[in-house]
Amino acid sequence: MLRFLLEKEFRQIFRNPAIIRMMFIMPVVQLVILPLAANYEVKNVAIAIVDHDHSSYSQKLVHKAMASGYFKLTGYYPSYKQALVQIEKDKADIIMEIPAHFEKQLVRESEAPLLLSVNAVNGTKANIGAGYLHTIIRQYNQEIRLQWLQMPRLPDQLQIQTTFTNWYNPGMNYQQFMVPGILVVLLTMVGAFLTALNIVKEKEVGTIEQINVTPVKKHLFILGKLIPFWIMGQIVLTLGLLIARLVYHIIPAGNIGLIYLFSSVYLLAVLGLGLLLSTYANTQQQAMLLAFFLLMIFILLGGLYTSIDSMPIWAQAITKFNPVSYFIEVMRMVVMKGSQFSDIRHHLGIMAIFALVLNTWAILNYRKRQ
Amino acid sequence: MYHELNDMIVADKLTKTFGDFTAVDAISFEVKKGEIFGFLGANGAGKSTAMRMLCGLLQPSSGSARVAGHDITRQSEKIKQTIGYMSQKFSLYEDLTVKENMRLYGGIYGMNLTAIKAKTASIASALHLQEELDTLVGSLPLGWKQKLAFSVAMFHSPPLVFLDEPTGGVDPVTRREFWELIYAAAHEGTTVFVTTHYMDEAEYCDRVCIMVDGKIQALDKPGALRQMYNTNSIEGVFLQLARTAKRMAD
Repeated sequence: MLRFLLEKEFRQIFRNPAIIRMMFIMPVVQLVILPLAANYEVKNVAIAIVDHDHSSYSQKLVHKAMASGYFKLTGYYPSYKQALVQIEKDKADIIMEIPAHFEKQLVRESEAPLLLSVNAVNGTKANIGAGYLHTIIRQYNQEIRLQWLQMPRLPDQLQIQTTFTNWYNPGMNYQQFMVPGILVVLLTMVGAFLTALNIVKEKEVGTIEQINVTPVKKHLFILGKLIPFWIMGQIVLTLGLLIARLVYHIIPAGNIGLIYLFSSVYLLAVLGLGLLLSTYANTQQQAMLLAFFLLMIFILLGGLYTSIDSMPIWAQAITKFNPVSYFIEVMRMVVMKGSQFSDIRHHLGIMAIFALVLNTWAILNYRKRQ
Repeated sequence: MYHELNDMIVADKLTKTFGDFTAVDAISFEVKKGEIFGFLGANGAGKSTAMRMLCGLLQPSSGSARVAGHDITRQSEKIKQTIGYMSQKFSLYEDLTVKENMRLYGGIYGMNLTAIKAKTASIASALHLQEELDTLVGSLPLGWKQKLAFSVAMFHSPPLVFLDEPTGGVDPVTRREFWELIYAAAHEGTTVFVTTHYMDEAEYCDRVCIMVDGKIQALDKPGALRQMYNTNSIEGVFLQLARTAKRMAD
């Protein structure tokens, strides 16, 4: 009996160009575009400069900042007030005000005040930008000191220099970090949306009534829905991994088989969620809103964009019930760290529980009789 | 219980309420094996609700019924093996072809491929659908869709078939053809339970049951009903009974 249900489902999937588009073109486009745009690195921080000094030192400082590549010059302004207008118009993120007699004061008193004003509307950008600028000023400061201390026998001040080594992602390559995560989100969306919409569509059109009046077993009907979408999910994953490899040169450090092992269980959980939603929703609109609401939470609390470790405790507790967060973690562990089976065993176990609970719930809540 | 062997359906005070609305109000009746049993009523009289309870699509609120010897409350899945059902709303898969729909339902009812093929061929020739076997159901005209839905409901040769307003919205010629299909099925021994609001169709039934506001107001052979209400058509009977209706049609 299952065979006939599967035949039917595959025929309908391949006959619906919208589903094929959603399953293949959407992930490809998103994986190619999103990682390039969604990225933690802050660039193009617009900086407005008020230089009251017009000295060679102030010029050098500005050149140094611009040469770092993180900043974009909005322009030079004669007064702080005029520069502030640029911030108000959202044309500038930071104002650097160099006071008059900056050079003189620096030479004479070995120190000079500088004013940085930050537009905190886009807080992250401006703060990180200010941080960069701060580092640049400090380096510049040291260079000047070196020039002045001719033949220093002893450094007049002890300095600690920090060197960073970035383990698992040596180049701090954001794509290496983002692409596996985005792939998980795509897989989740494709899986949950398609299954939820599929069954609710049968309710809406009325075809499910003809099925419900047959002696078909509930679990067979649900398997008939799960298996096709499970296979489609694995195809989308394969497609995603190929794009990661071809476009971003991301080759998983660990065994790729582990990713498929995890996705096998993960897809069951996600499809189970879709099925569950479909048993509660009566129209495709309801199903869509419900799925969107849940996925929004899953994605925002999934550790894709923001680190789970820095969330408040209650939010961290919520992420324990978020299947997306487990797969994103496993993906990053396997792709970047080369984690072994023993490392992801715990995640896999939890995902199996998700799959079991969601599907059992869906089967129990699917009623052939109202 | 006494009639069990001869009765395909026995309903006893079958009731369905939705909140404080009683859609079907304690109806009791029997349907004999092999008869064409017509359920008549205005829109919203409770015909479909009663039928959906008998098919195992709706849980009754109270009362009981047996269909083909099985209790509708506890054995609904067993009932489903022995009945065919044609919904008021066309519910075959429009994105599957005629042949694929038949194959799917044949398969669900446990028929093997040879049986499915043979049945598909015989239906195609009976409905003159040979040319359309590979056409998507969605692109068929309504009349053909209805006839196809009936054939799919009859695909696994059930002893009892439920038809919920099968001729809604089709032209008189197609209605006539449709009733020929019903007669052919009845001739082969199938019990037919059909709801309709076309009064002329009631004349085609062996027995007619008229529902008003969730209750059965009359149940007899069409001829006997005409005589009892002293009129020359079932329509006349219906109009006399329907005047007492308080419920607004939906």
